Amino acid sequence: MTGRLESALRARIDGGGKCLVPYVTGGYPGWADAVRACAANGADAIEIGIPFSDPVMDGPIIQQASQIALEAGATPVSILHEVRSLDVGIPLAVMCYYNTVFHAGHERFANDLISAGVSAAIIPDLPLEEAGEWCAAADAAGIETVMLAAPTAPDDRLPRVADRARGFVYSVGLLGVTGERAELALTATTLAARVKKITKKPVLIGVGVSNAAQAVEASRVADGVIMGASVVHRMIDGGSEAVGLFVAEVRAALDGATW
Amino acid sequence: MSILQTPGSDGRFGDFGGRFVPETLVPACQELEAAFTDAWNDPAFRAELDHLLREYAGRPSMVTECHNLSEQLGIRLFLKREDLNHTGSHKINNVLGQVLLAKRMGKKRIVAETGAGQHGVASATAAALLGLECKVYMGEVDTARQELNVFRMRLLGAEVEAVTSGSRTLKDAVNEAMRDWVASVETTHYCLGSVMGPHPYPFMVRQFHRVIGSEAFDQMNDVIGTSPDYVVACVGGGSNAMGIFSGFVDTPAQLIGVEPAGGAAVHRGQPGVVHGMKSYLMQDEYGQVSEAHSISAGLDYPGVGPEHSYLASIGRAQYPTVTDDEVIAAFQLMSRAEGIIPALECAHAMAWISREAKNMQGKTVLMNLSGRGDKDVGQMMSILKDLM
Repeated sequence: MTGRLESALRARIDGGGKCLVPYVTGGYPGWADAVRACAANGADAIEIGIPFSDPVMDGPIIQQASQIALEAGATPVSILHEVRSLDVGIPLAVMCYYNTVFHAGHERFANDLISAGVSAAIIPDLPLEEAGEWCAAADAAGIETVMLAAPTAPDDRLPRVADRARGFVYSVGLLGVTGERAELALTATTLAARVKKITKKPVLIGVGVSNAAQAVEASRVADGVIMGASVVHRMIDGGSEAVGLFVAEVRAALDGATW
Repeated sequence: MSILQTPGSDGRFGDFGGRFVPETLVPACQELEAAFTDAWNDPAFRAELDHLLREYAGRPSMVTECHNLSEQLGIRLFLKREDLNHTGSHKINNVLGQVLLAKRMGKKRIVAETGAGQHGVASATAAALLGLECKVYMGEVDTARQELNVFRMRLLGAEVEAVTSGSRTLKDAVNEAMRDWVASVETTHYCLGSVMGPHPYPFMVRQFHRVIGSEAFDQMNDVIGTSPDYVVACVGGGSNAMGIFSGFVDTPAQLIGVEPAGGAAVHRGQPGVVHGMKSYLMQDEYGQVSEAHSISAGLDYPGVGPEHSYLASIGRAQYPTVTDDEVIAAFQLMSRAEGIIPALECAHAMAWISREAKNMQGKTVLMNLSGRGDKDVGQMMSILKDLM
């Protein structure tokens, strides 16, 4: 059965378009407005980060946003509570580190996501070999678990990652943590091409996709992009209005390009 | 069958351990696991490591009987003198092993985290000796309280970066080292300094430190003809404790891992996942990792190696705590009674022995003196003002 997230992305792709999934750090002051601004300006789905004390996959910008959110008292419970009332009309995915899930309990967390109206989960420190218990609970509850494919993965690993992925395959854009980069890494499109070859699921590039031009460049190979640090950076500097303008700019670039 | 486990490819010690890392690092961990297994079974690698441990690090380290403290406390106290190794702690055992392995794997650079600076100094030392680049991440709080070790690392040619995120202590240094490794994995080996992290680190680091326990087992047999009644070591991540426990885990000796009251992962934590492993972890009701607070930078860590969690879960080892005040007293006690200035980390073990001696009258106690206290003298000067 195709889940809500994959269906939404599939609709965009089948219409000849490219997918845009912005990331917003949950619990950061004004984050809910930033999510609405993403939805209103052409996002196909939105990734909501649940801040964690030790975010090893994140660079300085998302670390900073996470820390501010935690200091403001954000918890998984308070964020999911707010998510419930967002009503943005597009699928939502949470991005969280595994201890948040493990501590809550797999089934409870999956059910909490469902109650909050969340469609999918991305857990960057839960690789294939450790994902069994979570995936069983998520599958049972109807949560799509997005798996990450990394540039370091040998050829025999990628199909197993793609097979287990629901929603889309998150093709990691570079060797490194989240953050803005001056140029799209060569590894971004190289890996996405490898993944595209072995799966029919949507393949989105995330980590190191920093502006509209890079989003277009990445989407020449991939089905779209996830944009994290560049969105969060605008949320920190200019609030939801800046986020909306940026998402609209990337959307326009993706829609204006010829594929 | 030994209680010491050889984990399978899932990296588990009972329910603990595993490999909870970003996908990017999974192939690197698998490659490291294969390379370690290959090297550990290669007599040439073992001979080269043994040679370095003997000729460079100064092994075997001796066992010293503490006659004065024994008389004072009513026990028979022995110290395994890891403080006498080159660079002043047990950390050199693991680092020589890992850096040799990194070279064998064709890596050009190592990164390391450090708390008190002992592992950082050992890493910088081994990198200098074996010709690798070295970068050490150290929390800003720790660079301030262990200034001397920062200079020492730089003198040895390493780059030291003060980590300003989170609690700015050991746990954040681990985060930053992992972030570096995610970006540099093709050329770089992460030289993790304790029996923690993703598989194969907890197993590999314990194997590199087994030499402590193997030597001590023979040495105690030579002196007292049997194993001691108690084997005591301090526990942060737990590498020196796993090293010495490994020699006695299959004897009747009671194994005691002493945690700081402000960083008592086993004593007060719950199972959790951070830094690539499932283990006991100090955390809040939502699974946010708590900040540890200890006078000793080396033990200022909210987690613990997974094999300790396993030994605790089956009741084979106990993990009591001591307070900073008890540690300060023990630091002075050992200095004055035996003429040995212990590292603040090891003063935790001494503090427990001193407190519990009344319940161990006539018993034989072996303590792992895992490091010397020279690095802590600056910090203690500001605490023991009456000595100035």
